[in-house]
Amino acid sequence: MNDESREKFLELFNKSKEFTEEVLRDNERLRQRLGMLEEANKDYAARYTEIEEQNNSLASLYVASYQLHSTLDFREVIHIVLEILLNLVGAKSFAILLLDENTNELRSVACDGEDLVPGIENISTQLGEGILGEVARSGESFYLHDGKPSLDRPLAAVPLKIKDQVIGVIAIYKLLVQKHAFTAVDYELFALLAAHAATAIFSAKLFAESERKLNTIQSFLDLLTTTS
Amino acid sequence: MMKTDNARFLVVEDSPTMRQLIAFSLRRFPNAKIIEAVDGLDALRKLTGSEKVDLILTDINMPVMDGLKLVSMVRGNADLKDIPIIIITTEGAEEDRERGLALGANAYIAKPIQSSHLIKTISELLAV
Repeated sequence: MNDESREKFLELFNKSKEFTEEVLRDNERLRQRLGMLEEANKDYAARYTEIEEQNNSLASLYVASYQLHSTLDFREVIHIVLEILLNLVGAKSFAILLLDENTNELRSVACDGEDLVPGIENISTQLGEGILGEVARSGESFYLHDGKPSLDRPLAAVPLKIKDQVIGVIAIYKLLVQKHAFTAVDYELFALLAAHAATAIFSAKLFAESERKLNTIQSFLDLLTTTS
Repeated sequence: MMKTDNARFLVVEDSPTMRQLIAFSLRRFPNAKIIEAVDGLDALRKLTGSEKVDLILTDINMPVMDGLKLVSMVRGNADLKDIPIIIITTEGAEEDRERGLALGANAYIAKPIQSSHLIKTISELLAV
């Protein structure tokens, strides 16, 4: 090989080396970019799951509030609240307690799963007394994070609140076997459901009261008409 | 066109809240027709009447006729036996699930339902 050929060869060799190095650098850049895209994909997947969960909660809340405000019959409203707690929240044993404004007594008005937690059908406590009484007094929810639930210590106790006025408490003692614990979304859903349930119960009570008064006035008017 | 387009669903539930929630989820399928029944017997009447159904979603605990009885009756009827059935129930124990599937249900979903899971299950069953 003469000098000229050697030089050409070296030149080609160097160019090829530079090209190979450039390809390797590109490969590294692409590998890094791929890693970033994979991370972004994971992030999107997590966000998608989160949005699906929120969507699910919104659907549950929409249906629950629609049903709760579909009637002014007190018993029917209570029945709907029980249905929601069982089917949408996944509660197995629970009680709805209402506060008597005159005596400040918090008392069970409806429950389900009393065979699993005997006594939930007859809960009676004073405002500020025990966990349930304290939830009714403070208007703040209670969630049991440690230990086993008992009649005095439910898994969750959420106030039925209209603005600052507490009219009762929903107490959950046991969840369905397939529901191991409350999720983060459950806490929000629970609070919103309690607010809707409170308004529905309060409206139904007011309606029943006004109906009763109307009937009394009507009877009085009937009596006056017949006697005059 | 997907097999889930224009699908006719029979929702068998005694709880109006759950019927509405399931119907709400089913609206994701284009032109879905939703037929509602309040118990197993009501569902059978609709199935043997003029209603044509592509998929049944049924609860277990219902008055008059429960969901398990409905599954048995559907599977024992020559005209209805091929309709896919999904059980949606609060009974989430493994033995309940096995019992439901052994009777002929195609899928078993424990409440509270996740809409995305329900949609996925239905899509898989109707794609077959």
